[in-house]
Amino acid sequence: MLHRRALVAEVLEGRGDMAVIAGLGASAWDITAAGDTALNFPLWGAMGGAAMIGLGLAIAQPERTVLVITGDGEMLMALGALASIAVQAPKNLAILVQDNEHYGETGMQQTATGHGVDLVAMARGAGIRHTMLVTEPGQVPDLRAAIHAGDGPFFAVAKIDPETLPLVLPPREGVILQARMREAILGPLANLA
Amino acid sequence: MNLDQAPSATADWPDHIFDLLKAYNVRQVALVPDAGHSRLIKRCLADNAMRVVTLTTEEEGVAMMAGAWLGGSRAVLLMQSSGVGNCINMLSLATLHRTPMPMLVTMRGDFGEFNPAQVPMGQATRTVLEAMGTLVNRADTPGDIAANVEATLKFAFNTYRATATLIGQRVIGAKTFGKD
Repeated sequence: MLHRRALVAEVLEGRGDMAVIAGLGASAWDITAAGDTALNFPLWGAMGGAAMIGLGLAIAQPERTVLVITGDGEMLMALGALASIAVQAPKNLAILVQDNEHYGETGMQQTATGHGVDLVAMARGAGIRHTMLVTEPGQVPDLRAAIHAGDGPFFAVAKIDPETLPLVLPPREGVILQARMREAILGPLANLA
Repeated sequence: MNLDQAPSATADWPDHIFDLLKAYNVRQVALVPDAGHSRLIKRCLADNAMRVVTLTTEEEGVAMMAGAWLGGSRAVLLMQSSGVGNCINMLSLATLHRTPMPMLVTMRGDFGEFNPAQVPMGQATRTVLEAMGTLVNRADTPGDIAANVEATLKFAFNTYRATATLIGQRVIGAKTFGKD
């Protein structure tokens, strides 16, 4: 069992030009706690959309690592996306599910992963061959290396403590979130296109 | 037998749409297949500069268009009217972030439909899209399609929003399973 913010901080350490999409709720707070940057795209809604936003970005920017960090509830809403992503097979896309087996933002109701639903097996069944289940802090260096390896699509589930932490909120203005990432990726003329 | 009707082999409006997608530098084509788009899909698949992504549900395509735009690529979503219902909440991305999201929708449940199951969503398609802030136009003759699609692409990429062209069932035809 891992602590969610220590996990994210270690995964994002020395991230370079990696772009990070975070699913709504605690994943978005976690990437913000690790340091809000223009290359963070925290979601405030669009539940079930994080992985496919990652796919669109990974296809558009094939030389850049794209990491999707999201929760088990958000990923369970987009299981079909695992198939869509596996078929496209972008080498630069990694998905990390922080699995606390609960819907954290709504009162800690149980998710299906707490009843034995195995997201890693589902990803493998969809055709994502490079997967990892992380249950101990000692595995995080290997997880981090796999995310950066460029041998994707890569899918990992990290079992995390279902702790509720103080909110660390990113900007809430969606226009800024989009424009700043476009400028960081495409340069100062990005928003004159 | 196909449940859906494809345009006749001589109809050239799918080629006009393809030419517009090229002219507007669309690089990612997300779709759930529809018979009405079959010729356009073939053209896109044959183009090396376009990435065709077959989705398991249409809302994936809405999210994908947001990701494409973050990375500087233009994308489009092709679907049937029934798929519009799957997109509703995900379209909040276009409103929140001001993301170009052009959609080309072939209509069912719209004009001389045979299948009762197509009618509820077909009749609600425009209302649902507009309720989520999408600018909608529609073409009911082959000659109207290119101008409407071009307007949809321009509106999306020049003014940063979700837009849609509905291609009426009157253009595509209604399959009747030999019961007409």
